[in-house]
Amino acid sequence: MLSVERPDAGLSTQVSALRKMEHIISVTVENKFGVLSRVAGLFSGRGFNIESLSVAPTLDPSMSQMTIVTSGDEKIIEQIVKQLNKLIDVIKVVDLNETEFVSRETAIIKVHTKDVDRAEALRIVDIFRANVIDSTPTTYTVEVSGDPKKIEAIINLLQPLGIKELVRTGRVAVAREPVRQAAAQAKKVARE
Amino acid sequence: MKLTGAEIFIECLKREGVKTIFALPGGVVLKIFDTLHQQKDVEVILTRHEQGAGHMAEGYAKATGKAGVCLVTSGPGMTNVITALADAYMDSVPVVCFSGQVPTSLIGNDAFQEADNIGLSRPCTKYNFLVKDVNDLAATIKEAFYIATTGRPGPVLVDIPKDVSMAKAEFTYPNSVSIRGYNPTYEGNKWQIKLAAEAIMKAKKPILYVGGGVVFSGASQELLELAEMTQIPVDMTLMGLGVFPGEHPLSLGMLGMHGTYQANMAMHYSDLVIAIGARFDDRVTGKVSEFCPHAKVIHVDIDPTSIRKNIHVDIPIVGDCKTVLRELNQILRATVNGEQKDLRRPWWDQIREWQQAHPLTYHQEKDGPIKPQQVVKRLYELTKDRDPIVATDVGQHQMWAAQYFKLARPNRWLTSGGLGTMGFGFPAAMGAQAAFRDRLVLCIAGDGSIQMNMQEMATAVISKLPVKIIILNNGFHGMVRQWQDLFYEGRYASSYLDTTPDFVKLADAYGAVGLRVKKVGDLDSVLKEAIATDKPVIVDVPTYPYENCYPMIPAGGCNHEMILEDPPELKKKQSGDAKVTPEDKDTVLTA
Repeated sequence: MLSVERPDAGLSTQVSALRKMEHIISVTVENKFGVLSRVAGLFSGRGFNIESLSVAPTLDPSMSQMTIVTSGDEKIIEQIVKQLNKLIDVIKVVDLNETEFVSRETAIIKVHTKDVDRAEALRIVDIFRANVIDSTPTTYTVEVSGDPKKIEAIINLLQPLGIKELVRTGRVAVAREPVRQAAAQAKKVARE
Repeated sequence: MKLTGAEIFIECLKREGVKTIFALPGGVVLKIFDTLHQQKDVEVILTRHEQGAGHMAEGYAKATGKAGVCLVTSGPGMTNVITALADAYMDSVPVVCFSGQVPTSLIGNDAFQEADNIGLSRPCTKYNFLVKDVNDLAATIKEAFYIATTGRPGPVLVDIPKDVSMAKAEFTYPNSVSIRGYNPTYEGNKWQIKLAAEAIMKAKKPILYVGGGVVFSGASQELLELAEMTQIPVDMTLMGLGVFPGEHPLSLGMLGMHGTYQANMAMHYSDLVIAIGARFDDRVTGKVSEFCPHAKVIHVDIDPTSIRKNIHVDIPIVGDCKTVLRELNQILRATVNGEQKDLRRPWWDQIREWQQAHPLTYHQEKDGPIKPQQVVKRLYELTKDRDPIVATDVGQHQMWAAQYFKLARPNRWLTSGGLGTMGFGFPAAMGAQAAFRDRLVLCIAGDGSIQMNMQEMATAVISKLPVKIIILNNGFHGMVRQWQDLFYEGRYASSYLDTTPDFVKLADAYGAVGLRVKKVGDLDSVLKEAIATDKPVIVDVPTYPYENCYPMIPAGGCNHEMILEDPPELKKKQSGDAKVTPEDKDTVLTA
């Protein structure tokens, strides 16, 4: 009776389809009112998860760039990408996990510093190549950028000193330029 | 010359070929109504409730294939039309809804009859616009019609603040629309279509599973050619009924929860499912993990999100059903030969066996209570030559209509599939009647659901929309009662309607015609009288209250495990109707 095999019936694909993975999705949208709520509404209405979302205008002020960190199995990520594409205000969707990409996050941390801790705080700031952007007799405000692990690490080190406030931007990410293409581009520029 | 926003609105409707709109006025849309009142090109049908206006626009759209238009006021007008918009969104119906809004200076101030129309409608429209400047109005309306009717159709809302409808601007209507984030794919991928053709040629047990997408793309001819050329049986979804002739030998009828035995068995045992313009809804798939366990799946749909949303697809083709089917047929025409018929002979033998084993059945006693199926069957037989448009509400009567009214052509079937909106049928029928004044439009309804938009009878009478309503009156929310009998040990919690109005008198009160079928022998004569009446008619047909709709796949069940008749304990209970114990006294029909 079984004349056609379903190609997805194998165990290995089933396992991989079930694996929940973090994905960074880069979304170019129209820069106009209500777009953020359309994107956010899509995620909440369909039960998709948003871990972080950052949005700001692009070079072209008529568009905004969103970086959405989400997670889900293969099927869910496929739906997220398709559903985002379906939104009329969405111009382009790239699942960055399908390529090489670089990502950064910035945190601003206000640390309580007793006299004895001030030097220690600065040492930590130094190790992480972070900056002190504001200072009072009892606090330092520290700015740090990097991948999420680095941010977590500095938070862990500063925590014993006493963190008064902490804000994080959520991640922004961009695909890495393919090396060969970039080299060709450089040559072309040089020729011109 | 400068026009007011209201005048621009009407000019745009004319340019879009809109002849009829369904509307209910209110404070912030008065300027638009005032302007509508002074012209003759666009007819205004005044409804009694905004939900009715929305469903009428849907019925108009489904019957004509063009966008239906409704106009409502702010606040409660908007919230009332939401159900219709959600219904249109689920069933991909092109509706353009215009809502009034408080003046731009008051937006956000909790003004009288203010609501966040954009926020309210966002999850149930394909797109929505707030027009803040009268200079943008014409272009916005053009975009609204474009978005509603292209790609996968759907409802679009245009929110017009009061000051925008009064302000003046130079009127220019754009010739074309370009939206950079919206480019529906019409052409299917050629390579994928070739793969699909190859799979079709090789399949021993193929099945076509076709839905509403084929109706909207107008591809019924292409579908007929494909099915006849390849001798593949056709299963239709609830939304697809009529897209393939119901009495065609290749038609297996509707599939799904209350689909025919052969349609569901053929799906389950098929080796190739060719899904066209259908979305593998849970009422079709049943238990997803055991859905079509032996089949490769081809899925043609204009909406990429429909593909692989619920089930795995082997050959996805994103594109318009008509365009893709044409291309597919072209390839197949060159390759199909007599061999496929031989290859599929065992499959057809099996299907015919299923058909004979469990055809749709019911038992009508000559002097017994009227069976609802009998009503639908006779209605079908008496009207099929007149090519009627058939609307339904939601519930048992809807499923019986789907099973027994074997439509021959598309755009004749108006039903609420995705959202399952009771109260949909009557206004939808009126919308279709407004588009086709001379056609016979029937509304098969239940005594529960007809009461959800009964107020529109006033609209039908005054606007001369002679819809024929046939109420299968069982005194219950029948489908709820059926589930309670099957899964809740017969406890009729809130499913017995107790005091149902006298529908004959009710029709009379509205100035319509009310008729009642007293016994099964009178059925034909009363139906004939209704059809011959040139006024809105209610035919009240008291039916056997405990009739259940079969086949039935219990929710989450597997497609080949259908319940085909009442389980023995239920039969026993029903045969003992007369003996009522005191504790279920309040649940017993006294009629």
